[in-house]
Parts: sequence; structure tokens; C-alpha cells
Amino acid sequence: MIKHDVLIVGAGLAGMRAAIECCEDLSVGLLTKVYPSRSHSGAAQGGIAAALGNSEDDSWEEHMFDTIKGGDYLNDQDAVEEYVKAAPRIIYELEHFGCVFSRMADGRIAQRSFGGHSKPRACFSADRTGHAILHALHEQLMKRGKEIRIYNEWYLHSLIVEEDQCHGVVVSNVKTGEVEIIQAKSVIFATGGYGRVFKITTNAYASTADGAIAAFNAGVPLEDPEFVQFHPSGLYRQGILFSEAARGEGGYLLNGKGERFMEAYAPARMELAPRDIVSRAEQSEIDAGRGWNGEGCIALDLRHLGEARIMERLPQIRQLGIDFIGVDCIKAPLPIQPSAHYSMGGIPTDMFGQVILNKDKAPLKGFFAAGECACVSVHGGNRLGTNSLLDATVFGERTGKSAAEHARSVGFGQINEGREKAGVLKQIEEIFQRTGTESYNDIRNTMKDTMMEQCGVFRDSGKLNECLKQIKLLQEKFKKGKVTDKGKVFNTELFEIIELGNMLKMAEIITVGALNREESRGGHYRTDFPKRDDDKFLNHTLVHKDGDQLKLDKKPVVITKYPPKERTY
Amino acid sequence: MTTFRIKRFNPEKQPDPYWEEIDYDIPDGATLLDCLNDIKWTMDGTLSYRMSCRSAICGSCGMKANGHALLACQRQAEHLIKEGTDSITIEPMGNMPVVKDLVVDMEPFWDKVNQVKPFLKEEGERPEKERRQSPAEFKLIDDASTCIMCGCCYSDCNTLEVDKNFLGPAALAKAQRFVQDSRDTATNERIRELSESGGIWDCTHCAECVERCPKPAKPMDRIKEMMGVAIEEGVTNNNGARHALSFVKSVKHSGRVNENTLPLESMGYFNVKGLMELVPVGLRMLLKGKIPPIIHKNIDDVEDVRRIFRELGE
Repeated sequence: MIKHDVLIVGAGLAGMRAAIECCEDLSVGLLTKVYPSRSHSGAAQGGIAAALGNSEDDSWEEHMFDTIKGGDYLNDQDAVEEYVKAAPRIIYELEHFGCVFSRMADGRIAQRSFGGHSKPRACFSADRTGHAILHALHEQLMKRGKEIRIYNEWYLHSLIVEEDQCHGVVVSNVKTGEVEIIQAKSVIFATGGYGRVFKITTNAYASTADGAIAAFNAGVPLEDPEFVQFHPSGLYRQGILFSEAARGEGGYLLNGKGERFMEAYAPARMELAPRDIVSRAEQSEIDAGRGWNGEGCIALDLRHLGEARIMERLPQIRQLGIDFIGVDCIKAPLPIQPSAHYSMGGIPTDMFGQVILNKDKAPLKGFFAAGECACVSVHGGNRLGTNSLLDATVFGERTGKSAAEHARSVGFGQINEGREKAGVLKQIEEIFQRTGTESYNDIRNTMKDTMMEQCGVFRDSGKLNECLKQIKLLQEKFKKGKVTDKGKVFNTELFEIIELGNMLKMAEIITVGALNREESRGGHYRTDFPKRDDDKFLNHTLVHKDGDQLKLDKKPVVITKYPPKERTY
Repeated sequence: MTTFRIKRFNPEKQPDPYWEEIDYDIPDGATLLDCLNDIKWTMDGTLSYRMSCRSAICGSCGMKANGHALLACQRQAEHLIKEGTDSITIEPMGNMPVVKDLVVDMEPFWDKVNQVKPFLKEEGERPEKERRQSPAEFKLIDDASTCIMCGCCYSDCNTLEVDKNFLGPAALAKAQRFVQDSRDTATNERIRELSESGGIWDCTHCAECVERCPKPAKPMDRIKEMMGVAIEEGVTNNNGARHALSFVKSVKHSGRVNENTLPLESMGYFNVKGLMELVPVGLRMLLKGKIPPIIHKNIDDVEDVRRIFRELGE
């Protein structure tokens, strides 16, 4: 059996930052189903927020207020305060690590505007900021090569919890197919989001809810799952991300009539309103038959920025347009549509990354979470652009610290290795034994279509009930599929099936959360309840596992400085 | 209908790789990765390859199509159909052992990356805020920092094919990102190590890596930049740098390379052991009548060449 003081699952920004925090005097294992440099953090483009005040005066208070207003007042304000206060220090630290940032003429870090931020506070590296930070942190891991053991291409199956304490994980080595137990005093999940549940998504194929569902199956509730962010500029029909920086640099959104339609939805902020508002505006235009070229898309027009600006600030998205649809944004607009992008909800934690089990915040000792898979909640009902890289880095550090402290204070527990391993082996064997005729590909496609249409930008009880029914049907069909690859070596088919099972569960949890929340707030919009309802719903959703059923509960929102107000832009 | 000729390998089933032909209708606008996914999900679930972001940023789906490495997600399948045929040939990347089908063992690749000490070396106290770096200094490391570690350059590197000791294009591009980072304090130490055997001077300048790189990282260009740094830093006590300097000296003097002095100057006139190694080669050349004329003549317009050097400030 493998043992580590601290075992981290997921090697994106949050996981790697946590590893750096606890590797000095502890044995650290860092497990990823890809390679650290392949993590989806690297796909983030536009920037990372911090009130450095390099190009305009700025303050953490303004950053805090923008974040809370952007989140439609569902954010826990005590956590937001810690988070925005830590931001400048975290950016300087990344810079000291060697992260490559775009610069101002005087050599300071350049900052640009972003949706929902009242000041230009997005620090960036052209339009590949996530990539730059991901590689800077990976470099720090390579520097600490002897102190951190990295498990590349290992897959997480389940979390080991005994007597209200977490003791490790059950995992597979993808290359050999062997199932192994990794025992740890502290386990951190930094497993990212689950955008792959939806048909049109900016997310990688790897973003499949493995972490969230492993936690859920171990008795941890999921918080605010109904809050899914749709990014306004995913490539039409494909969802490939075109950074919000395109609008931050001055890009226009045009409907089929050539109008800058944001005028009608957010006249003060126009294209730089928060993402939930822009995505709804786009979908409204498309639904009203005013799509670009009469199709289900909107035009992102950058032509007026000129070649020099585009080549300096947005070179990657220009290349993406050329490679994927043969459109050069210097010469023509890019067709875009709202695309599932970010999960505001996730594994509930306190502001130190400690996972909690219920509304009274009872901790699950030894279990921590950070980054997109966690819900602290600093983003509330809608995350502002550039706040996620910051979330992953700030809470990666804080969670690493908490996990290290816990690991120093306890010994290794007792685990029933045989039983834990047998449970997972049985699950795999059961999948291999299936002889049904259902196609996993059809099940996956139907799930994605259903979630996009019935649980997407606009929701209502009719659609959501239909969605839930369909997802449950798919869960039944899922048991009646068939595997063609029964080998052990690099069996990607097997892991894709397990991922699909996780996504079907996640889809159900999202839909149940959405059905329950009979109001409109942030990224969650109910056409049958178009107003925010603070009397009934100014609280977090908790979805608990109750046998095969789901049980809903509420957790209060922490409000310190900014009481809820009407949200207009 | 297009024939996908795919090189399959499954060590659990049979010890040798084999070719499989799959007929498949390429949907409009489908990338190579879209096609492989569709084949895997509807025709043959055992087909194995890596993929994740499908937007050319994670670097997972490196493989060879028609003999050249590329990212499967970045290329329209239709553009890959070989002229005069209806087929696309798909193989795993080269210069790395194959694990299964299109999945290669990336460990040799990462070992090389680790060898160049791929992290910023700092000295003294960190400033309270950010270190200053001008936009021009940022520009020097911007291209190298776009590398996504996909391994396409490593796969098709001609030097690596004959010399496993060569660090390879990706690791060297990563090295340049620190050698020329204004914040790094180990430029000289780095360039000394990179000038050793297996380093920058072992690149044959075939430009294959520049052709294969899916990003602006373009490793060979970065390697050349480091050669410049090596000369500036005076790290010239090695065959590679001496070869380059001798080359320049000869061209500047006569307008062309002096093939008699080039090998001698590359080895160094006081490097007796190295010079002795040249003797058998020299004798073989003599026997085959390949020895260049002893008297090295200037080209007719040598003054023009010299003027170019003067214009360039050297």
C-alpha cells in the first residue's frame, strides 16, 4: 500500500499550489488522471484578478464588492474578503516563481478590464494566462522533484472514509490497470469542474465530476450545484473558448441586424457586464430569431481593434479561429454562443479548505478541497472572469496549509485495505460483465443534449422535470451497455464509462438543485420565477445523498459588509 | 469515404504492432480528433489515444499523421487526406516507446525537460512587489513560454533519432525561456551546461521541430538564440561554438567556408586528442579524392560579403 502524509488529487493550479505549500516537511503525493501540464487550468485565457492598482487606483474593497455583486449576493462574504486581500500577494508570488506576465512600459505587470470588474485588474500573459501560471507552478514542482511524488495518469475511484475521518483514496494506474489504495492523513481534492455534462462546453473532455461524485458517494453533500456558468463566447456548435479578454480589449457583440445588442440589456457596462447577463442576452437574441446570419449564434467582432492589438494581446484566439473554423478575426467576426464553462457549486468547504458535511459546518476530518471542485463560496451565483485562477491559487495555498497542519497533528488511521479495493474491483468487474445493447455514446450524447436544452441558460419547472425524468432513464440505460476493451493496459474506454456514470449522477444533482431553487439569481435563471427572491432563497443549496435518493438542505449565506441590493449594470 | 490506416499495438494481445484500415466518412469540419473519437465511440472502443482539451492547449493528442507529428485536435481531417489517395495514415509519435496504439511513454521526454533545470533561479531577497521586466524583455521569452509540452518536436527530431543523448527541441526551448529571462540569475551557468554534449550545438538545424511545433514556441529558433547568448557570454571553449566562430571568420575573410581549417578550428589547435580523431577521417577523404584545395581562394565579390558584415556592425 502506498502511503503519503498528504495526497492531492488533481494537478491543476489548486492542486499544484497546495503541493508546494505542504511538501517542505511532509511526504506529498500528487495524483492526476492526465499530466500536470495537461490540466484544464491551462485553458484559462484572459487573466487573474488582483487589485494591484498598476494602471488605475484600485482596492481590495472594490474587488470584494464587484465579486459579491457579480455573484448576486450568494457569496460568503467573510471568505471573499480573505480571498481578495490575498490576491496581490499571490500574484507577486507567482511572479517571483517566474510566471511570465505581460508588462507595462515601466516593467510592472499589465492589467486589463474584464466583465463585472469596475477597475482594470486582470493581470495577464497575452491570452494564455492559465497556461502561463500552470507552467510556472509545474516548474516549481520540477524544482522540488525529490519532495513531491507525482502520479501521472492515475484515475480516482473513491474516497476512503471511516469513523467520520478520511483516510485515503482508491485509484487505478491507467497504464497498468492496477487498482491501488493510497493511504493519507490528509486528502485534498482539486479535481476541477464538470462542464462535460453539457453539450456545448468550453471544458476539456477530462472535466467529468470524478472528484465531486467521489466525495458525494462518501457522504459529503454538494453545494449550489444548480449554479453553472455559461460563458458568452464559446465557438458556435463547439464551445471552444474565445477569451472574455476579447471584449476586455474592446470587442463588440453583434446580433443578426448588426446591432450592439448589449445596449438593451446592460447599457452601463455593455459587452463587459458579468457573464450570466451577457449569456442570457445572447440567448434571448438567438431565441428571438436575431442570431448572426440567421443562425443560433452571435458575432464577436474584433476587426476595429486592428491587427497590431490583436497580435499583441489576443494571438492565441486568432489562431484558434483560423485553425478551427477558418476565420481570421482580424478580417471577420467570430461566431459564438453561450457555452457551459464553470461550476460555481461543488464540494462545500470552509474558508480554509476544510470540507464540511452539513449546514452546521461539521468537518469531515482529513478531507479538503480547493479550486473549481470546491464551493467556499467566493463566487456565489455567478463567478466573475479572472476570479477562478485567483480562487485556485489562493485556496490552493490555504488548503495546502490546512492539510499540512492536519497531517502533522495525527497519525495514520486504520483502513480495511481488502474491502476498499474489493469494492472498486467489483464495480469494474460489473462493467466488464455487462452484455446489454445500449450505446454509451448515445447515452452520453442524449445527456449532453438534454442538459443543454432543459437545464441550460433558461430553465423552468416543465423543462427541468422533463430533464430529470430523462436523466433517470439514462441512468437505467447506463447499466445495460457493453464494453469492447476488457484489457488492463491504458483502457481509456473503461475510464470513459466510469466518467459517464459520474456525469449522469452530477446531471441529476444539478437538475434537482435547479428545480428546487424557484427564483432567478446569477447563473441560474428560471423563466417561471424571473426575480431574485431573498426572503426564500438567500441561502446555499446542499444536496445530500440519502440512499439512492437526494435530500435537499439549506445553508445560510455569510453577509458581512454588503447587504443584498438590486443588481443592475 | 476515407481510409484511416491506423498503426495498432496492444501488448496484452500480441507483441508486434500491426496496421488496421478503417473506412470512415469525414463529417464537415471534423478535426482528426473528432474522427478518432467517433471511430472509438461508435466502431471500436479498444482504439486508444490521449486527448483532453480539444483546443490545442493541453498538448495531450500528439500523434503522427502521414508520417509527421501533429495535434489531432488542431487539424481538419479533410486537409490530411494524402493527395491522389483517399487515405490518412495515423501512427504514434516517434522517439518514444509505444504503450498501446497511439499512446507513447512520455517519460524520456520529461526526463530531458527535467535535465535543463526548468525553473527560475533567483538570488537574494525577493522584492516586496513584482520584479520589473520591460515589454522588450518579456518578448524574449514570450515565444518559448507558449510551449505546451505535446512532444511533437521530440517525436520528429532527426538528431534524437541517432543520438538519444540529445536533449531534444522541447527541453532546449524550455531552457531558452530561462536563459533569456531577465529575472534569472544563472544565465552563464545554464549556457555552460547547455554547451556540453547533447546540448545546443548538437542541433543539426534541420528545422523539423519548427515545422511540427503547433505553437509559436518553434524550438530551433530558440536554440539559435541560445547560441547567440553562448557567444556573447564568451562560452566558446567547445567544439560547437568554435565551429560557429570559425565558420563566420572564414566567410568574413573569403566569402566562403574554408573546409580545411573548419574542422581544425572546431576541435581547437591545442586539442591534440580531438585532432588525432580527425586523422582517420582526413585519410579516408584523401583516398577518395575529397580533400578541398589546399589554397583557399576568395570568392570574386568578397568585398560585398565584408560590407554585409560591416553593415551588421561586426
